[in-house]
Formats: sequence, structure tokens, C-alpha cells
Amino acid sequence: MPVTVRIPLTLRRLTHEQELVDVQAATVAAAIDALHARFNGIRDRVLDKTSGRVRGSVLIFVNDEDIRFLQGEQTPLKDGDEISIIPAFAGG
Amino acid sequence: MKALKCRECGREYPLTATHVCEFDFGPLEVCYDYDRIKKSMTRAAIESRPQTMWRYRELLPVAGEPTVGFQVGYTPLVKAPRLAARLGIRELWIKNDTVNYPTLSFKDRVVSVALSRAKELGFTTVACASTGNLANSVAANAAAAGLKSYVFIPADLEQGKIVNSLVYGAGVICIRGHYDEVNRLCAEIAGKYGWAFVNVNMRPYYAEGSKSMGFEITEQLGWKIPQHTVVPMASGSLLTKIQKSYQEFTKLGLVSDTPYQVHGAQATGCSPISAAQKSGLDFFKPVKPNTIAKSLAIGTPADGFYALKVMKETGAHADDVSDEEIREGIRLLAECEGIFAETAGGVTVGVAKKLIAAGKIPADDSAVLCITGHGLKTLDAVVGHVGQPREIKPSLREFEALLAQEEAVTA
Repeated sequence: MPVTVRIPLTLRRLTHEQELVDVQAATVAAAIDALHARFNGIRDRVLDKTSGRVRGSVLIFVNDEDIRFLQGEQTPLKDGDEISIIPAFAGG
Repeated sequence: MKALKCRECGREYPLTATHVCEFDFGPLEVCYDYDRIKKSMTRAAIESRPQTMWRYRELLPVAGEPTVGFQVGYTPLVKAPRLAARLGIRELWIKNDTVNYPTLSFKDRVVSVALSRAKELGFTTVACASTGNLANSVAANAAAAGLKSYVFIPADLEQGKIVNSLVYGAGVICIRGHYDEVNRLCAEIAGKYGWAFVNVNMRPYYAEGSKSMGFEITEQLGWKIPQHTVVPMASGSLLTKIQKSYQEFTKLGLVSDTPYQVHGAQATGCSPISAAQKSGLDFFKPVKPNTIAKSLAIGTPADGFYALKVMKETGAHADDVSDEEIREGIRLLAECEGIFAETAGGVTVGVAKKLIAAGKIPADDSAVLCITGHGLKTLDAVVGHVGQPREIKPSLREFEALLAQEEAVTA
């Protein structure tokens, strides 16, 4: 599935300043793996090393919905979906 | 100020406009040289300074003199014997930020710090994601400082809060969605246009401004940490900074190291933090908000995790109240103490009432309630719930009839 990932400023050093990256993936977890394969290090920054789950300090959205209201890391993706990775420590 | 430091991994960053660690997305926090501060920051030195939040400036993150909001803070700490009697507690105080300068909420504290620092860093446009009070404060303080401002708010906010941003000439952008969606958009916008987003890229500085509320409480109590502080929670940031203020004053020897609890208050219609605390969890589940306490309607609270940690560390409690209990809280505070608070104040009073009734705040103790915003800003929430005025002709006979009727009712 071709999907687009919107990269936060925090990770742009790893993506050589690219803001939008297209990857092939059927789930959110697979999209993170695909990103990591292209830009080494992304997985370790987004996922908690011990649990393998998305860090509490990171929010992931698929088409504007927080994946915690969907199926978490296993949220399925379809063609053209847009994933956003956002730092959780903002606002309020 | 020494540096910005990641709360998770401890990596240090220079004092620029940045808010999360590149390695683990942990929040960055300002750190200080306390040994140096200890030399100049004595009780006598503080007491000799003007009565504003800037009397604690060594512990506020600006490099030079503040340039925005010199008059902010040092709001009254009001002894509240009538409310204490109604809630069934020996001693009660109201930290009254409904009269904070200039926009009648505690947000003027964080904004004066964020904008002073933004000017130091060379920004000319400032912005924020807000549930209303912050937008009002950014708009007003930016206007006075000659900065351009954009404020992003949920489209369904109270009229009072929208007008209170527009009047200062700010760019007011209403987003069709909850605050959490506003916040997400702002996280994506911040950094893109070279703006200082007070609660995104300026958040480490901004959040420190909340400490001034705790510093003032201890000084106004005669340099004592209150046994109980009840704090409304939206993102949970204020609660964590109240604790930090007590810790810093203890570290500097300005107050004795006495035990204290910092309790958290939420609206039941948006209670991710209090629900987690009551279930004994150290993490929260995000929610979709539905409450009249719109200023607290954050379903994904950024500092929820740390707020839970503070409550655990201090042996404190959290609770939440319904819309009806929020209105009752507003009425109680107004009728007993003559203070008209916004919905968040109703939440704080309502939760304090519950915690006292449950014995979680013992009746023999003393408590401070942090009342963070003025009731005139959320009139929509109470219209029709606080009685109706009576209308008569300019006639003595009609007035006497009305009074007689009233006396008959109250007799």
C-alpha cells in the first residue's frame, strides 16, 4: 500500500530534511519499519525499546485520527493514507 | 538558566526555541544553577521587589530583564472562611487568578515568560494552540509588546473567549474540532513559519511561568507550603509546576521541607488524568472531551503522565465533577466569597468538596484552591442556571409588593 508519512521536525535530521516520505506498508507498524529501513534510527526514536510499542511521548495519526482510538500499531492502512508523527509534549 | 534538558534521558540542548528531545521525544525542561541563585534569592530580597510574578525572576527562564508583562501576577491569596464552613474544612484559601493582569486568567503568567523569551530569541510573530484563556493572553500581551499574533482555538468556544482574542487584533483561527485536533495542527505548523508557538516550540520556557503561582502561594502564606493544594488539570502542566515551585523554594531554603499534597481536578466529561489516578494507573487513556469546562477539555493531556507521577509522589488524589457540580461550584465560590470563577474554577471547588467529604483532604487540615480564570469569560455556561432578575415598573408600590412577596418566601 503506498502511504505518505509526515515527518516531524524532531526527526528531519534523519530524513535529510524531507517532510513527506512515501512508503509501502499495510499497517502503522509496517510503515515505521519501512521508514527505519530507509532512514536508519527512526524506529528507535519512535518506539519504546523494551515494549516495542509507540512511546508515550509520540502521537501517531492516520488521516487525522489518533491511532489509540483505532487499532494502535496494528491499524490497517489503505492506498493514499496519510500518517502523521507528532511529539506528544505540546499544548495545554 | 543553564540549558534545556530532556526529562527522560537527561541529554542537554542549547537554550533555543525547541521543546522535545531528538532521541526519545521527551519534553525539554529549563535547568538552573541553584547554588548561584541561592546567593541572591533570599526572603528579604524578594520582599523588597515589586509585587508581580517577576519578583521571582531568578527562577523564571529569561536571560535579561523581562520585556513583556511586567505587571503580571501577585494576585490575592484570599482567606475563605465561609466557603471553608460550607465544604467542611478548618481552613481554606483561594489563590485568586481571576484577577490576574491583563486578561483575567493564570495564562498571563506563562505568556509573559514565553513572549519575553521569544523577543530575546528574535521572534516577531507569536502563536498558540488554546482552549481560550491562553489565546486571550497571547493576543493581549502580543499587542502590548508590538508582536504579531495568531491564535488557534476550537470553533465551539464561548463567545466571551473569542471576542477577547479578536479585540486585540490577533489573527484568530477557529478549527472545526476538539482542542486535541487544534494542538495537532499547531504541532505541524510550528517551526514551519518561523513563529514562536508559546506552547509548542517555546513550551519549556512558557510552562515555567506557572511556577510563579506556587511561589506566590508560599510567600503569601508566610513562607509556608500549604498542606493541600487543589489544582485544575487540562494538560496537567500547572499541577507539575506547582510541585516544582514548592521543591525549588525548599531547595533554596526559602521554606521548610514540610509534607504537602497537590491534588488534581478535572471535569467528568474530560477526565483522562483523574480516571487513571482513581484506578491506580501511571498512564492515561485519551478521551474525546464533552464538558462545559471547555478550558480544561484536553483529551490527550501532554503532561498527564507527569501529573500522575506528582500525585503519586505527594500521596495526593484526583477526582472529577459533572457539569451540574461545576455550576454548583461556581455558585458556591461566588455566594460564599464574592469571587466569580470560570468553569475551571467550578471544577476545582467541586472536586475540593468531594475530596473533603471523602476524607481525602482531612477536615482538620488547611487547603489552597487554585482558581485560574474569571467567570465573565464563560457566561454561556451559567446563563439560566443562576436565577433570573425580576423586572418591575419604576413604582414604589410594585417594589414593596415584590419585597413583601420575597419576605413571605424567606420567612
